[in-house]
Amino acid sequence: MNIPLGDYLMLSAFLFAIGLCGALSRKNAIIVLIGIEIMFNAAILNLIVFWHYKYFAVPTAYMFAIFAISIAAAESAVGLALVIAIYRQYKSVDVDEFTSLKG
Amino acid sequence: MTQSSIPLLSLITFMPLVAAALILLLPKTSEREIKLIALGASMISLLTTLCVWSRFDPNAGLAFEERWSWIPTLNVDYRLGVDGLSVTMVLLTAIVTPLALLAHWKQDRNVKLFFILFLLLQTGMFGVFTALNFFHWFIFWELGLIPMYFLIKIWGAEDRTYASFKFFVYTLAGSVGILLAFSFIYLATNSLDFLDLRQKAASGELGVAISRLVASIHERTGFHVSASCFGSLLFWGTFLGFAIKVPIWPFHTWLPDAHTQAPTGGSMLLAAVLLKMGVYGFLRIILPIFPDQVHAHVHVLLFLALASIVFGAFAALAQTDFKRLVAYSSVNHMGYAMLGIFATVASAPNVADIANEKSAALNGAMLQMFNHGISSAALFFLVGVIYERTHTRKLEEYGGLRKNMPIYAGILGISMFSSLGLPGLNGFVGEFLVFKGAFPIVTLITSLATIGLVITAVFLLGMMQKVCFGPLNTKWAGLPDMTGREIFIGAVLMFFMFWIGIYPGPMINASNTAVRQLVDLFQTMTVAKF
Amino acid sequence: MEHGEYLQHLARQQWLIPFFPLMAAAIQSLMKRPSRKASGALTIIAMGLSCIFALRAFFATIGGGGQHHEIERAIFNFTWFKFGTTSLGLGFILDPLAEGMAVMVAFVGFWIFVNATGYMADDENFTRFFCFLSLFAASMLGLVVSNNLLLLYMCWELVGLCSYLLIGFWYFKPAAAAAMKKAFITTRIGDVGFLLGIVMLYWKTGTLNLYTHDTLHPGALEQVSALALRNGWWGLSAASTIAFLLFIGAMGKSAQFPLHVWLPDAMEGPTPVSALIHAATMVAAGVFMVGRMYPLFTAEAGSWVLDFVMWVGCITAVFSATIAVAQFDIKRVLAYSTCSQLGFMVMALGAGSVVAGQFHLLTHAFFKALLFLGSGCVIIGTHHEQDMRKMGGLRKYMPITFWCYLIGMLALCGVPPFAGFFSKDEILLSTFHRNKYAWGLATFAAFLTAFYMTRQMFMVFAGKWRGGENDHGHDKHGKHDDHEHGHHGGEPHEVTWNMWLPIAVLSLFAIGLGFFGHKYGEYLGVEGAESVEGKAVVMGASLAVVALGLLLGWAVYGRKTMEHATDEDPLSAALGSLFTFLNRKWYIDELYDVTIIRFTATCGMFFRLVDKSVVDGILHAIAWTAWGISQVFRWIGDEFFINGGFDAGCESVRWEGEEFSKLENGRIQNYFRVLSLGAAILLLIYFFT
Repeated sequence: MNIPLGDYLMLSAFLFAIGLCGALSRKNAIIVLIGIEIMFNAAILNLIVFWHYKYFAVPTAYMFAIFAISIAAAESAVGLALVIAIYRQYKSVDVDEFTSLKG
Repeated sequence: MTQSSIPLLSLITFMPLVAAALILLLPKTSEREIKLIALGASMISLLTTLCVWSRFDPNAGLAFEERWSWIPTLNVDYRLGVDGLSVTMVLLTAIVTPLALLAHWKQDRNVKLFFILFLLLQTGMFGVFTALNFFHWFIFWELGLIPMYFLIKIWGAEDRTYASFKFFVYTLAGSVGILLAFSFIYLATNSLDFLDLRQKAASGELGVAISRLVASIHERTGFHVSASCFGSLLFWGTFLGFAIKVPIWPFHTWLPDAHTQAPTGGSMLLAAVLLKMGVYGFLRIILPIFPDQVHAHVHVLLFLALASIVFGAFAALAQTDFKRLVAYSSVNHMGYAMLGIFATVASAPNVADIANEKSAALNGAMLQMFNHGISSAALFFLVGVIYERTHTRKLEEYGGLRKNMPIYAGILGISMFSSLGLPGLNGFVGEFLVFKGAFPIVTLITSLATIGLVITAVFLLGMMQKVCFGPLNTKWAGLPDMTGREIFIGAVLMFFMFWIGIYPGPMINASNTAVRQLVDLFQTMTVAKF
Repeated sequence: MEHGEYLQHLARQQWLIPFFPLMAAAIQSLMKRPSRKASGALTIIAMGLSCIFALRAFFATIGGGGQHHEIERAIFNFTWFKFGTTSLGLGFILDPLAEGMAVMVAFVGFWIFVNATGYMADDENFTRFFCFLSLFAASMLGLVVSNNLLLLYMCWELVGLCSYLLIGFWYFKPAAAAAMKKAFITTRIGDVGFLLGIVMLYWKTGTLNLYTHDTLHPGALEQVSALALRNGWWGLSAASTIAFLLFIGAMGKSAQFPLHVWLPDAMEGPTPVSALIHAATMVAAGVFMVGRMYPLFTAEAGSWVLDFVMWVGCITAVFSATIAVAQFDIKRVLAYSTCSQLGFMVMALGAGSVVAGQFHLLTHAFFKALLFLGSGCVIIGTHHEQDMRKMGGLRKYMPITFWCYLIGMLALCGVPPFAGFFSKDEILLSTFHRNKYAWGLATFAAFLTAFYMTRQMFMVFAGKWRGGENDHGHDKHGKHDDHEHGHHGGEPHEVTWNMWLPIAVLSLFAIGLGFFGHKYGEYLGVEGAESVEGKAVVMGASLAVVALGLLLGWAVYGRKTMEHATDEDPLSAALGSLFTFLNRKWYIDELYDVTIIRFTATCGMFFRLVDKSVVDGILHAIAWTAWGISQVFRWIGDEFFINGGFDAGCESVRWEGEEFSKLENGRIQNYFRVLSLGAAILLLIYFFT
């Protein structure tokens, strides 16, 4: 089985687009967070694919990917904690209502 | 011209400045030390001046000269020296300043600044009389102005803001005239040295240089003005500066305001020394450097001198303020000095021994300067003494003070008569010499000037009557007489009044040679051109 | 020449004559108030010494060659200071004119000082008084012995100063304070003329020494013949012009009309001062000066200056005598009498007789000093009363004073054989030769003199004592002397010996001095052209008018003396408003008040106003213009362009910021959107370029 690189990249782009769509258009903060995670994973997928086709002998990218995944996990934990904290404050997870960063 | 081994004149001039710097380092609260340092510095200047005075040889011309190259690119030398024209003025400054400081010995408001300003003023005054190069002469000239502004502005009486502003701006406007004139002279001759310029003027070189300057201005800008007209412009510019300082009528109105509002010591110095700077300017600068111009306009100048004498006296007559009256008497007295000076310039072909008549007039003017310095300092001091006690300057509010202040009345009487020109006191000798010298040369104007003598008597005696005679105003029944310190100041000034009144020889002797040189300048000129 | 050398020696010592009183004055100026005895003694001793020295010089001048009719004159000149290529000298002189005068001043002064110790006994400023008196004596003696017009002028001013100080000795009285000022200023007006005369003389002759006895550098008076040929002012020769100017000075000092106004007011001073300064010595200085400078007056033949001098004297003599008739203050009568007598002296000088003028000066000094001191005794004896209406009957209470006063009065009236008769007679005679009208007027003045003195005698010494009465402000003319030690009401009493002794001594001279008139003429070395012509007429006329005056005085005042102080003066009843006119001194003071004084004051106000409005006005106008121009620059230049432009820039930046800040609306997703849009654009650029 020899799947060409382009297919992987298309998948990754597709995933990224889905994530972006979710992050930009949904109002629920948790869904926005999920969207971001999806974009994140699309990027990691790109990383792994490029490694696999180009620099297979060197394990550096592999290591990076594992780091990135674990950081993404930590980040989404923090993100969720923030969302919960915001929910406690505003009784809402609607991102359109969070405008305290307004200049 | 001898180069003195110790720079005595620099020592005299900068001693107060050094003391001022020293005081700057002291804390505000150590008032006693501040006063002692200030007095000490002016005493050192006085002693050095006495040393200069005793070693001054009137026949030797310029003495104690110091000359160092300062700014070679501008051809400016640091040049000090005294001759007969300035040595009496240096002496006067050295005498009056410590007395003015002593008059403020009880000063308690902002002592540090007050004494610093006083010392700066002293440096400025000494500098004006010793400098022989326009460059630093002008610095000293302005230095005499700024501390006085603050002295009036900060320690003055009720109208001090108006008075200090008027004094400063008026005098500064005059200085601008001098500065402009000298800028042009420098452009023309590339020299700022008074004696050098005097020589150039006498040899005609200055006139040539000015016509050259006029021609080059014409070439560059197309702006045409005749050389003689330009010379006159330069003359009137300088004249304005000095006439305001003297002051000559009608440039005198800053004087009564400034005098009336200034603190006592300020008035003393203003009358005794600062006015002399103007007259000195005439002797040192206008007469030697602009001989043709001053000779050409002498009739206007004589009229202004006469106006100062007569109008000044009349205006004094109508004053109700003690200090203002004394201030107006200054206008009148400086008028006599100016009459003597301008008479020296006028030509009178019919007078036989004209050189000696002119010497008399100019010596009289010199002496009148010194005399007025002494007697007006005394009068202003005495006004200050009484103001300190009564807090009023209105003449009607005094009355009968001789009753409980006999010493005050005595000293006031002697100073008043000194100012009035009573024989036996200093004022007479100067006035007599001026009249003696001016009468043959400008008979009509001198005769008219005698009106001033009568009116002076009227207002001074009226002042005396209102202050000291008549029934005692009961408001002042408890007034104490002068203290020992105040009597000392009065006594020093009275010593000079009597000394010059009885034995004026040394004073006249000191100025005589320089006076004769000036007279000769005009003698040769009159012969050559008219 | 032994005698000449002796005179020279004395001339070198002439300065000693004024020196002693000068030292006395200097010492006393530092004395404390309580040292009265020392002060009085010092003054009198110094004056005595001066008197001795003056007498020594006097006898030396007599002893010489009076018989040759040649003036003995020794001089001592010295340099005061140098100026130019020349020098100003001063000098002393020893000649009959100076010495006669010096002896008189020192001698009369001595006795007046003695009297003053009594008169001023209660005064708290006793020391100061004698200090001033000593200074006066020094200046007066200096004036007399100076051989230099400048030195003379200096002393002249100094006696004026002493007069000023002594008139105002009781400075707390407003009248005294005004009188002292008036005296100084009035004489100063004359002094201006004097000063001009001096500088003119100096100009024309090159020296102010009067005599030098040096043909190379002749003194001013040794050049008069040359001066008479040079032109002066007003069509006169230089000599006459100078003489005229000098005479103006003399008019001020010797109280000649119209500068006489200060002398009567000067009576505010203590009476010994009036006696010494305002009767005997200082006021005579003008006459003396004219006498001293007489060669100048006569240098030009036929100038009007001498006529002017004579008429001024004549007018003053008559004018003052008419005023004296109507005064009530004992001292004012004497003051106007002094004016009148000075007029006589000046008239004599104008008529060409120095001897008559100077001789009358001397005799007058003695008897007028006597009269003033007598009036001082009366004032003390009546407890400081000066109004003659409140006196009367004093002959009983003060016999010594009465007799002395009587002698002085007779001498003044010119009753033979008293001193005044001879001297006045000489004056009248010389005037008679010069001008008959002037002589007639002067004779009338002599008549008035006799009359007003008789009036005074009767009012003061005859009748009954009117002083004890209560006075309810009826004295609108007389002046009250109510300073602290005045205590009215007591009986009058005779004065102490130190007050009556001087008048007794002086009265001896008032009797005897007249006989020396002829000798004095010889002594002065003027060859009296003894003209008998007209002598009988003059003498007869003057005797007749004197007798008439005495008689009329007795008829009006003596037959029936005043009963009460409030009674109307009999003469006032007879003359009516003319009397008031005379009493108010011809309203001269009032005239001066509304003319000269008001004019001067107006000039003062005018020039003050000129300074305030015109000069300061122009100045302020310049200042406002400068301010206005600066405002223009401020608003158009600075405010509009510079500040305006700067502000506009700031404003736009601020506006933009505001606009852009709207982007920051706090919606995270917007940020994302923009971010993604930006990334997309970047990608597109990346791919398509």
